[in-house]
Amino acid sequence: MRPFDYTRATAPQEAAAMAAAGATKFIAGGTNLLDLMKLQVETPEKLVDVTRLPMKDIVAEGDGLKIGALVPNSDLAADERVRRDYPVLSRALLAGASGQLRNKATTGGNLLQRTRCYYFYETSARCNKREPGSGCDAIGGFNRIHAILGTSDACIATHPSDMAVAMRALDAEIETLTPDGATKRHPIADFHRLPGDTPNVETVLSPGELITAVHLPAPLGGTQIYRKVRDRASYAFALVSIAAVVTMDAGKIGTVRLAFGGVAHKPWRNEAVEAALAGETPSAALFDKAADILLAEAKGFGENDFKIPLARRTLAAVLAEATGVSL
Amino acid sequence: MSEHTIQMDKPIGETRLDRRVQDVIGKGVARHEGPLKVSGRATYAYENLAGDGKNVAYGFIVTSTIGAGKIKRIDAVAALGKAGVLHVVTDSDGPRASADPGDKKPTAINGQITHYGQPVALVVAESFETARDAAKLVTVEYEPTEGTYALEDAQDKAFDPGQGVMPSIVKKGDFDKGFAAAEIKFDQTYTTTSQSHSAMEPHACVAEWNGDELTLYGCYQLVSTNVGQLAAALGIDKSHIRMVNPYIGGGFGGKLGIGPESVFAAKAAKVVGRPVKLALTRQQVYQDTSRRTDTIQRIRIGCDRNGVINAISHDTLCGNTPGDTVFEPAGISTVFLYDGENRLITHRLAEVNVVLASAMRAPGEAVGMLALENAMDELAEQLGIDPIELRKRNEPKVDPQDGKPFSSRMLVECMEEGAKRFGWADRSKVPGARREGEWLIGTGMAAASRKNLLQKASAKVELRPDGSATIETDMTDIGTGTYTILSQIAAEMLGLPLDKVAVTLGDSDLPQAPGSGGSWGANSSGSSVYAACEGIIEKIAAKLGVEPAGLTLKDGTVIADNKQTALTELLAGEPITVTGTFKPGDAFKGTHQASYGAHFCEVAVNAVTGETRVRRLMTVAAAGRILNEKTATSQSYGGQIFGIGATLTEELVVDPRTGLIVNHDLAEYHVPVNADVPQLEVVFLDERDHAASPLASKGIGELALSGVGAAISNAIHNATGIRLRDYPMTLDKVLAGWAAGKQAA
Amino acid sequence: MRLTINGVGQELDLDIRTSLLDALRDHLALTGTKKGCDHGQCGACTVLINGRRVNSCLTLAVMHEDDEITTIEGLGQPGNLHPMQESFLQHDGFQCGYCTPGQIVSAVGMLDEAKKGWPSHASKDLDGTVSLDNAEISERMSGNICRCSAYPNIVDAIRDVNEKGAA
Repeated sequence: MRPFDYTRATAPQEAAAMAAAGATKFIAGGTNLLDLMKLQVETPEKLVDVTRLPMKDIVAEGDGLKIGALVPNSDLAADERVRRDYPVLSRALLAGASGQLRNKATTGGNLLQRTRCYYFYETSARCNKREPGSGCDAIGGFNRIHAILGTSDACIATHPSDMAVAMRALDAEIETLTPDGATKRHPIADFHRLPGDTPNVETVLSPGELITAVHLPAPLGGTQIYRKVRDRASYAFALVSIAAVVTMDAGKIGTVRLAFGGVAHKPWRNEAVEAALAGETPSAALFDKAADILLAEAKGFGENDFKIPLARRTLAAVLAEATGVSL
Repeated sequence: MSEHTIQMDKPIGETRLDRRVQDVIGKGVARHEGPLKVSGRATYAYENLAGDGKNVAYGFIVTSTIGAGKIKRIDAVAALGKAGVLHVVTDSDGPRASADPGDKKPTAINGQITHYGQPVALVVAESFETARDAAKLVTVEYEPTEGTYALEDAQDKAFDPGQGVMPSIVKKGDFDKGFAAAEIKFDQTYTTTSQSHSAMEPHACVAEWNGDELTLYGCYQLVSTNVGQLAAALGIDKSHIRMVNPYIGGGFGGKLGIGPESVFAAKAAKVVGRPVKLALTRQQVYQDTSRRTDTIQRIRIGCDRNGVINAISHDTLCGNTPGDTVFEPAGISTVFLYDGENRLITHRLAEVNVVLASAMRAPGEAVGMLALENAMDELAEQLGIDPIELRKRNEPKVDPQDGKPFSSRMLVECMEEGAKRFGWADRSKVPGARREGEWLIGTGMAAASRKNLLQKASAKVELRPDGSATIETDMTDIGTGTYTILSQIAAEMLGLPLDKVAVTLGDSDLPQAPGSGGSWGANSSGSSVYAACEGIIEKIAAKLGVEPAGLTLKDGTVIADNKQTALTELLAGEPITVTGTFKPGDAFKGTHQASYGAHFCEVAVNAVTGETRVRRLMTVAAAGRILNEKTATSQSYGGQIFGIGATLTEELVVDPRTGLIVNHDLAEYHVPVNADVPQLEVVFLDERDHAASPLASKGIGELALSGVGAAISNAIHNATGIRLRDYPMTLDKVLAGWAAGKQAA
Repeated sequence: MRLTINGVGQELDLDIRTSLLDALRDHLALTGTKKGCDHGQCGACTVLINGRRVNSCLTLAVMHEDDEITTIEGLGQPGNLHPMQESFLQHDGFQCGYCTPGQIVSAVGMLDEAKKGWPSHASKDLDGTVSLDNAEISERMSGNICRCSAYPNIVDAIRDVNEKGAA
């Protein structure tokens, strides 16, 4: 870990201003940042401790909820309103990490988690995300945990968050504060980026821009499922995960939201999949058609080829469960 | 002080341990050192000299960023320029990995890079934070060479490694002829991946010099061996080293040999004139210590239609770093587990640029029995014979290799008892027949055997004037329960309440024991305590003028000739001190000794995702006298869970392009977590093996791992109809099985 | 900086980079809290911060000047063991002992979470009722790796304490 300057911010605006220039990072839960700093994957020169900022509450806002950026994952998962109205979010959070990590990791930090790509974590390997232009050792290497959708020649890493996948299905919005005092709201759809030629740029955040809250729109109701497939029964990152929110209308699928984890550089959602399902009578054939749309552009890189059939099968099972159809 | 030696030349019959006058032997008493461990007061290696003002310096290892080549230059100028940096060790005689326990010393770097992430230097600084940071500033210039990183790529150049813990080739009769003539020919190849011991305590030490005398607070399994290795690596006489490691945070074979941490720390401490503390990072543990090799194993069995084996062969290919010639004795059980006239067990070794392959829990059996017991299940299915019945039909009466009698062998009893308890008769014989919702349910079984090993061991026991006793030996407790069982043996022998017995372990100043490895510890070291106690009893008898056999010792008193005397009175202020030594003898050589068992497993395989969950796992074991039911059960759980990991999740992945161990942390090297493990069942059959040791015990710590994975994989087959032969059986392989054959879901 | 550990205030002069774990182990001689991976992947370093279980390896000491930190040493000592420590001892919920302090502290924190009605991945419902059966305990304790594999006994030890309402 390189030496750094440490400053405590006392107000959000102050924090944003402190971080406007230089290699500065906000630190809150620290569960991913310190992990990466120890390996010198992250080498900030300045840390702005934001843990004392007043962003720790979950409050009702219209029909929805406003979640402070510092709300720990545990508290968010256990919140009565989240459990009742957004169970897919509770479930996603509970499927992630461990009890200890969820107690520390924050809502804002979770969105900014960096990939678990082995080569990103190993500073002696080539990685365009860690060191732009150096190459990608995951392509042609051991890429079991890597992406099958939205990849580029520069990067095939995945976003590791479970929480963000559920939030993507819920159409959350991310509220930020910029160093010049402006408040912004980013739809989660636009918040994370695909790797393209610049996999080092992972979100739309500009320097110093501080996540202050996440807004959840009005509850969607319906059946909400978060299914995570992984190599251990617990405490492992997703190979494939699916957040689903489905309503039924007289035996037909009403509305449907589907977001996918473990398959792309960002929480993945393809509205065409949902459109193909809405208004239809659920059946194995229909689910297969949905998977065809989802996976039309899917590309395996060898070790992760299995994710394509796995995503197909898991999608069918989730849809069957959500619609009450037995396959 | 006097000595008392027992050489095991013939079986020892009934002993005080059988009479159980004090009635503590075998009991599941809580761990002797338990209160210290549960309260965080047991001091592990790194934790020595904490907060005692000794001005400790901190070390951090620098590792290579290539997999094969030469070190041209190490530039430590930038690191040394950093405030707080005290020294950088760049000696080329530093170790490139841990030592194999059989080696005199760890293999030196000698200017070469033989594997990725290899130690090349050590930075010493005032603080851990500075040392870690400065380690990144040491630049190493390499001359890379073409490395070989995958076992498959190296197999053409594989060679016969010769004698290891067993001969590399064991044969009898004419396998080729027998196999050719067999009515039924079975021939399959199985693969297992590299595995990591992954003890929770990373390799760590504190090195402190006092003049030319080194005290090394370490975490090693074999104290006397490791002192010798450290001395040889440092080029000093071993009399100058005292090694202290009373508590070891898990070993599993990973701490059998001295590690690079201790050699580097000792070198650095000498230069900086201060104690040096050093723990490998978790990542370095994966890359700089040792691993279990990956294997490619071919099993061939020739038999008749009734399954009676006429020819059996087990060929193993494994890998090791150039210069390290230890091989994984995967065929070790195949030598004696099943009958058959014509036998051929071979091992070949290939050079790969991957960190040292050395012993990991149940070396040989752990992976060898995955193949053998998978094969037996396949053969049983092919023949339409129940897997237990097939094994019974091939139960040998004597060691099928050399005709020696078995000292004791309860394999059939273990299988029968297990079948009864598990409900084996009710299983579905047709694969894929049981389903609960999304889950396909299957059951499987496998046999277990683990060769019994014995070593010379010594321990000093002192019966003190206050009626208490102390046991002192350099034996280690790596979580196995050594403290506890030694105290139970002494308490039973000397008729003392358990709380009157104190145990000191892991200090090289104490009498030599063989350490913890190969499941020999309890039996060997325990027998030395037995011998010392026998010596003490003889002295007590002499004091009373009676034969030792006429003495009864109970609750701190001695009873002879109908007279009960308190030990405190009898000792009259004088302690009795005896160093007991146990030596294996003709009884060991004249019989074939092994522990046996049977595993039964029920798995659920998700028909959608291919995820496997172990729902039930039962091991029935016969390993002679159980010295402590609680710690023996825990050891067996440990073996079972090691097997769950090896079968379902654990795979140390080496990038075949560079040699980088890709998943070198606990997030991605998947040892089982609590949720992967159901409540397990362990049953010990009553057995005394009087030829094995005065304790009539045999090894237990590795038995439950031997074969257990095959019970799991056989259950996966029973659940799904898919026969996987490539461990670990991760969900992608199950999905591929479905894609190739019939579909689930 | 000032830290409050097990109810005792401590003044420390530390490198700002010092993790809470290293502050305990290297600077306060509180070595009961263990370093197994230093990256939040094993749970051996678990401590309670204001009663919540966290990985002390993944937080900076300087960030906890206002917090109450409880380590294994603060739970109980030989002769005066915490009920969870005693239960681990009786159920043989450990072998080598290295992950044990983290397991015990984690278990204490976990029971508190369950009491508050926090759900887990193993919970069938999210309705705020928690019944700590084996599957629930296993899931909630999966952030603490035990390579000796004392898991069955760890589960028994915790269930026992929970059922006796002792912690």
